[in-house]
Amino acid sequence: MTALTDPTALTALTALNRVNPLVLGIETSCDETGIGIVRGATLLSNTIASSMDEHARYGGVVPEVAARAHLEELVPAIRAATLEAGIRLEDIDAVAVTCGPGLAGALMVGVGAAKALAISLGKPIYAVNHLVGHVGADVLRLGPDDMTEPLEYPTIALLVSGGHTSLLLVRDLVSDVELLGETIDDAAGEAFDKVARLLGLPYPGGPQIDRAALAGNPTAIRFPRGLSQTKDMAKHRYDFSFSGLKTSVARWVEQKRDADEPVPLADVAASFREAVVDILLTKAIAACVDLGVPRLLLGGGVIANARLRQVAQERTDAAGIALRIPPLSLCTDNGAMIAALGAQLIMAGHPPSALDFGADSTLPVSEIQV
Amino acid sequence: MLLAIDTSAGTSVAVVDLARGVIAERATDDTMRHAEVVGRLIADCLSDAAVPISDLSAVVGGMGPGPFTGLRVGIAAARVFALGAGVPFVPVVSHDALAFGRYRAGHTGPLVVVTDARRREVNWSVYSGADAQGLPIRVVAPGVTRPAVLLEPDWAHAGVPRFDAVTVSAGELGQVAELMWAHRRPFAADEALYLRSPDVTLSNGPKRVS
Ligand SMILES: [Zn+2]
Repeated sequence: MTALTDPTALTALTALNRVNPLVLGIETSCDETGIGIVRGATLLSNTIASSMDEHARYGGVVPEVAARAHLEELVPAIRAATLEAGIRLEDIDAVAVTCGPGLAGALMVGVGAAKALAISLGKPIYAVNHLVGHVGADVLRLGPDDMTEPLEYPTIALLVSGGHTSLLLVRDLVSDVELLGETIDDAAGEAFDKVARLLGLPYPGGPQIDRAALAGNPTAIRFPRGLSQTKDMAKHRYDFSFSGLKTSVARWVEQKRDADEPVPLADVAASFREAVVDILLTKAIAACVDLGVPRLLLGGGVIANARLRQVAQERTDAAGIALRIPPLSLCTDNGAMIAALGAQLIMAGHPPSALDFGADSTLPVSEIQV
Repeated sequence: MLLAIDTSAGTSVAVVDLARGVIAERATDDTMRHAEVVGRLIADCLSDAAVPISDLSAVVGGMGPGPFTGLRVGIAAARVFALGAGVPFVPVVSHDALAFGRYRAGHTGPLVVVTDARRREVNWSVYSGADAQGLPIRVVAPGVTRPAVLLEPDWAHAGVPRFDAVTVSAGELGQVAELMWAHRRPFAADEALYLRSPDVTLSNGPKRVS
C-alpha cells in the first residue's frame, strides 16, 4: 500500500516541484466560479463561470443562489480549465483555494472541492486569502512574450469590488501584508449597484452608471465624500464609507421627483461616480505619500470602471507614483490569481496547509495562507 | 470498490465493496463543520482502508435531502474527487441509506424516514419495504414540512413506523450504491435535493430615504 492519501504527508513535501510549479486555483468567494491554472508565474488558463445573470433579477448577489451555482459549475469549469491549459489533472503539482474572506456558504463549496481534488491526486493544498490573491494576479505573465516588469515591493494596493473595498500595504506578497483601511459599511461596487437601482438602472450597476455618466457633468452636483473630513483623519484616515453617499444621491433624486422636476440622469450618474472615484483615489494616494511608497496597484471588479482608471493614471502621474493595473480579466474575481498566489507560496518554500482549515468569511488580510 | 461521502447530516465517509461490505468508515456528528472535516475524514478513511485510489471504481455522493450549506460540501467533494480520480460520480438519495440500514437490521414493511431540515422543519421519505436484493423501495419522494404535519392523524402516511435519524452513514450509502450497481438499478438524479427555494424576495424598487 503506497497510496499517498494525506497531501500534508512528508513525501508530498519532498516531492513538491518548487521551481515552476503547476498549480490549479479554485475561487468561489462570491458569484464567480473561478478555476485558474498557472505554471510558476505564467498564466495557462483563467476559466470563469459567473452566476451574475441569476442575481440580476434580485438586484444584488444572493448568497444561496451563488453557492448553488458554484456546486453546478465546479466540475465543468475544472474540465474546461485543464483543456484550455493543455494539461491533465494528474500533472498538477498543487491545488490552491480561496478560504476567505467572502460568502461563507459559497467559500465552503470551493474548500470541500479543493480538498477532495488534492487528496484524489495525492497533491498538497494551499488555502489562501482572497484579497491577497487580487494582489497576486499582478505577478502573472500572459505568455513567454509578456515582458511586463515584475511587481516591486513595497506597494500600496487598492482592492475594489462589490464585496470589498480595502487598502493594503504589501511589503511582501507571501509574507507581509497589512490592512491600512477598508469600508465601514457598503463596498464601492455595492454603492454602484444601489445607486443604479434608485436611478432605475439594472444590475450590475457599475457598467450602467458608467454608460449613463457618458454625457454627464461630473461637477454638476457635489455629493459628500465619506470619512474625508479633518475629524475623520485620526481614526478613519484609510477607511471608506459609501452608505452616506448613496443616501445623499437618493435624497437628491427624491427631491427632484417630489418637485416634479426631471432627474438629470447623466449628471447624477457622473457626479456620483466622480465622488466614488475621488474618495478611493484620494485615500490610496494619501497612503502612498504618507508611507513613502511610490507604487499603487489596483484590483477588484470595480477597476473595470474606465473613469476610475483614467483618474488613477492622472493622479498617480502627478504624484510621481507608479500605477499597476493587471488585465481586467484578472482584476475581477478569478481562480488564476489564487493559483498564482499558491505558486508564489510554493516557490518561496512555504509548506502546504493542513487539511483541517475551514471557510473563514472574515479572514484578515494579514493571514495570507491558512 | 467505492468511496462514499455524505454531508446531509454530519459528515460521513466510507470505502465499501460489494463482497467485503464496509471496509472503512469515518464520521462525525458535527452538523456545522463539514468543510473543515471532510478532507481529513476522506484521507483517514482511505488510509484505514489501505487501498490505493486507483482501485476505486466510482465515488458515491449523498444528494440529500439535508440542510443545504453542509449538503453541498459533500456533493462538491464527491463530484470533484471522482473527477480527480478519473472515475464516475454516483448520486444516491441520502434517505435511501437510512432505509437500507433499517431493513437490513430486520425491519419489514412500510417505513417513514425523518431527518432534520433546520428552520423548525423536517425532511421525510416513505418506503414500502425492501426488495429481494435488500434495496429499499421508496414510494414517496423526499419532502420537507413542519414536524407537526407528520403527527396529524389524517396525514397520508399516519401510522406508518417512523425512523428519526440524526446521522447518515456513508457506509450504508455506499452499500446501497453497490447493490444498485450490481443489479443495474438507476441511480438518483445528479442534483442536490434542496427541497426549498433560495431565500430571496424580488425587489419592489428602492425605498425612500426622505
Ligand atoms: Zn474579490
